[in-house]
Amino acid sequence: MNIYKLFDDAKRGSKRSLGRLLSILESPSNESFRLLKEFVKHGGKSHVIGITGIPGSGKSTLISKMISAMRRKGYSIAIVAIDPTSPYSQGALLGDRLRMQEHSTDPKVFIRSVSTRGVKGGLSLAALSMIEAFDAVGYDKIIVESVGVGQADIDIMNTAHTLLVITMPGVGDEIQALKAGIMEIGDVYVLNKSDKPEAAKTFEYLKFALETGELEIKHGWTPRIVKTSAIMGMGIDQVVSIIDEHYNYIRENSIFMDKLRDRRLFMLKLLVESLFLDNLDDMYRSGEIEELFKANDYYTSSIKIIELLLKKIRKIDNS
Amino acid sequence: MERTANLLRGRGRRIKVLVAKLGLDGHDRGAKVVARALRDAGMEVIYTGIRQTPEQVVSAALQEDVDVIGVSILSGAHLNLMKRLIDLLKKEGADDIPVFLGGTIPIPDIPKLKEIGIKEVFLPGTHLNLIRDYILGVVGERKEH
Amino acid sequence: MGKLYNDKAIREIKEKYTAWEKQVLPRSLNRYSERMESFTTLSNINVKRLYTPIDLPDYNYMDKLGFPSQYPFTRGIHATMYRGRIWTMRMFSGYGSPEDTNKRLKFLISHGETGLSLAFDYPTLVGLDSDHPMARGEVGICGVAVDSLWDMEIIFDGIDMGEITTNMTINPPAPILLSMYISVADKQGVPREKVGGTTQNDPLKEFIAQKSYVFPPEPAVKIAMDLVEWSVKNLPKWNPISISGYHIREAGSDAVQELAFTLADGIEYVRHLIDRGLDVDDFAPRLSFFFDSHINFFEEIAKFRAARRMWAKIMKEWFGAEKERSMWMRFHTQTAGVSLTAQQPFNNIVRTTIEALAAVLGGTQSLHTNSLDEPFRVPSELAAKIALRTQQIIAYETGVADTVDPLAGSYYIEWLTDQVEERAWRYIERIERMGGMIEAVKKGYPQREIADTSYRFQKEVEENKRFIVGVNIFTEEEEEEIRNVPLLDIKQEDIERVQLDRLKKLRSSRDSNKVAEKLDDIRRAAGKGLNLMPYILDAVKSLATLGEIMDTLREVYGEWREPPIY
Repeated sequence: MNIYKLFDDAKRGSKRSLGRLLSILESPSNESFRLLKEFVKHGGKSHVIGITGIPGSGKSTLISKMISAMRRKGYSIAIVAIDPTSPYSQGALLGDRLRMQEHSTDPKVFIRSVSTRGVKGGLSLAALSMIEAFDAVGYDKIIVESVGVGQADIDIMNTAHTLLVITMPGVGDEIQALKAGIMEIGDVYVLNKSDKPEAAKTFEYLKFALETGELEIKHGWTPRIVKTSAIMGMGIDQVVSIIDEHYNYIRENSIFMDKLRDRRLFMLKLLVESLFLDNLDDMYRSGEIEELFKANDYYTSSIKIIELLLKKIRKIDNS
Repeated sequence: MERTANLLRGRGRRIKVLVAKLGLDGHDRGAKVVARALRDAGMEVIYTGIRQTPEQVVSAALQEDVDVIGVSILSGAHLNLMKRLIDLLKKEGADDIPVFLGGTIPIPDIPKLKEIGIKEVFLPGTHLNLIRDYILGVVGERKEH
Repeated sequence: MGKLYNDKAIREIKEKYTAWEKQVLPRSLNRYSERMESFTTLSNINVKRLYTPIDLPDYNYMDKLGFPSQYPFTRGIHATMYRGRIWTMRMFSGYGSPEDTNKRLKFLISHGETGLSLAFDYPTLVGLDSDHPMARGEVGICGVAVDSLWDMEIIFDGIDMGEITTNMTINPPAPILLSMYISVADKQGVPREKVGGTTQNDPLKEFIAQKSYVFPPEPAVKIAMDLVEWSVKNLPKWNPISISGYHIREAGSDAVQELAFTLADGIEYVRHLIDRGLDVDDFAPRLSFFFDSHINFFEEIAKFRAARRMWAKIMKEWFGAEKERSMWMRFHTQTAGVSLTAQQPFNNIVRTTIEALAAVLGGTQSLHTNSLDEPFRVPSELAAKIALRTQQIIAYETGVADTVDPLAGSYYIEWLTDQVEERAWRYIERIERMGGMIEAVKKGYPQREIADTSYRFQKEVEENKRFIVGVNIFTEEEEEEIRNVPLLDIKQEDIERVQLDRLKKLRSSRDSNKVAEKLDDIRRAAGKGLNLMPYILDAVKSLATLGEIMDTLREVYGEWREPPIY
């Protein structure tokens, strides 16, 4: 299958072609590098929205409702669903899609699941490559959703233009506990399930955290706190309009382009890591490393291995 | 067997399977047990949840670019639903994706289902390993092409 | 009241037992080793080689067993049990168009069935009309299609609703089906005090197992309790709810989980009804239960006996019930559909017989026996008849119904009853700590427990730790007999056409302004939190369809999506 033809078909709305392109991007190859080159030429326009939330906050239901609201505004939407399912005998069981399946048949919505990959950084690389693809194909909004635990999740969330953090009533302590992560760098805090009686107290807590500077003010944008109840359909439109507001804000400044550049730089770093680590792993397993190993000289052995690695990587033709 | 091992491990793609509950019945025990077993066999399994339409299953299969689709139906509506599913796959030019079916299926319906284009039908009491090996077989064939 | 065995007797038996273990047993074990290293029930309870009075130390007969019809009701809720009246043979049936079902019901009545039990098709179960796009291909397959009052009138044409009781397996749309039933009874001139039967109306187990949910848990329970409250006040012979373990078991739970989750559902409902200001003794006698009878014979009997004892205790000690009837656990039983195999399907008759026997020895009030062809399709007439005859043979030939609770006092049975009970209490305590079953369901706790158990069971079968004849032992290559099972021929497309035509006719001939008005009334009543039953009854009589009423409620309450759990 010709990848340029796939790309053309994907731009014309073929879900099958886009689905295949995304599979090609899953690991570095001649084809994936050619595609990325093409994507960067066409992309750079989509608004990337990261959504993370503590378990039980009703994130998937909220996202499903947000998709409906955003579709009413006419946006096309791609979703990268990072599934928290832990790796198990290298297999994975992905169920995040389940909550969004009702949008599956909408021609302007595309949902793709990603799960943990073998190598370090593999998950982030897969997710970021997918963002490039959706961007190049022309989706207005790209939603990246994850549970926000683990380094990969945090890295991905850091690359989003707009970051939503979803929390729920009665979890003040959990916010404290997660402070080392991404909980304090949101642009929008959504207090979901706010039909619950403890909501007022948590809302006050969030406001207090904002006033005392516990929640970071980034690029002059003061984070917003919104109360929603996804199951009752309450507050959804407000969340969507605040996201638009944030989009306009970062567009007016240079923040949008800065973020895009950061994201691509980070992806480059991940690509390099992946190229080295994958090949190194192969060499280790196949016994090549053993042949090059001089027991008395770790330094020379390392240099030899790196040179060989480079030779292997150069074989990936990038014409 | 080496081919199988590569399909499962390697750093390339793992086998990707869509497990879907088509129609209105909520009997998801079988679908979930199969999904778990395939995961334990090293595959990447996407589960759609219950009450899916043929349109939803096909669009999920295309977006996730799966290697094989497994459908579970215990409502007796299999002939109608599977026919529509296969027709949609054909319409999308995706009828090369093998589709297998599990559930309470009357024996006389099996040849009819195969005629429609269902690759395999698994009845209650099927060994999980049999389903796993079946997938390894059809996906292996497909990748060799 | 003293102990069943005094300490001295227990000591003596212990001495003799130790001697037997040391002197007699090894000789036997040397000659033949045992079949397996350990034996366990389906709930993973370790089964010992031999049971003796040592296993029942401090056993107090009156506390644990008592007499039939007396607290704690372990031995049964009636004094004479089946010596007085055989259990109700209630065969779940219904398929195709209302006309087909009417014919089948009359067939079963003419063959001696004593109570009706209606199965509905999937669109009806999840509250969709036959002309909904999701209903394509499903109309009339798994049960009868009911869209409006017209369909219910056809189903009961020529059947005297004052003479027969009807069980309806229906959950989210239960108030609508009950309203239809009452409306037809009204037309037949049957007074409300004579209308008898059961609506399953148990929403919590839908989230746990059967998955025919529509609304989120809180409104689902609210609507179900509306039906219960209204029936308590208006339909003295109706069982408004059948708290069901059956589906929990069929979804893959074990016996202990089935028992515990069912009781926990019951506890949640009782709390809601008390919160409405109802007196526990006014509604508790109206609660009924529904269990599975699986293939592990003794464990099932133990489960039924433990269930009665536990519920009596819950009602008396937790909720302060005073009437004996409030403490009764009355239950219907169905043999385990999940235990039937597609391989060598005639063996299913034998499985069903053993399971039915367990239900009878466990003291069930009514019984459905599965047909041999159910791994493939809803039963054919012949298969359904064999299943009914199975019950009749147990009742009238075997003599097992001639004395009350015949297995009581078996060391094994009493020990196992205690074990099942103790383990079920542990689950109930855990659910209580979560804040009750609604909270547990939202967390996915019972769902996850069941998924784990069903996966473990499947693994055990595949690893030959458990055996299923025809599946992993005594298998046959050529399964010619499968092809010899005569199956019911359903002309699905024809049925669908009949239903669609009737719906079209209904929509064009009824007073649509009146329908809209009645639906509005439902919406307003739901908004105010009123009991919905009178409004739904009105809407049904105005010929509003099932789908229209459900859509109105969906607008108010939203729809449930389950959390991803495997």
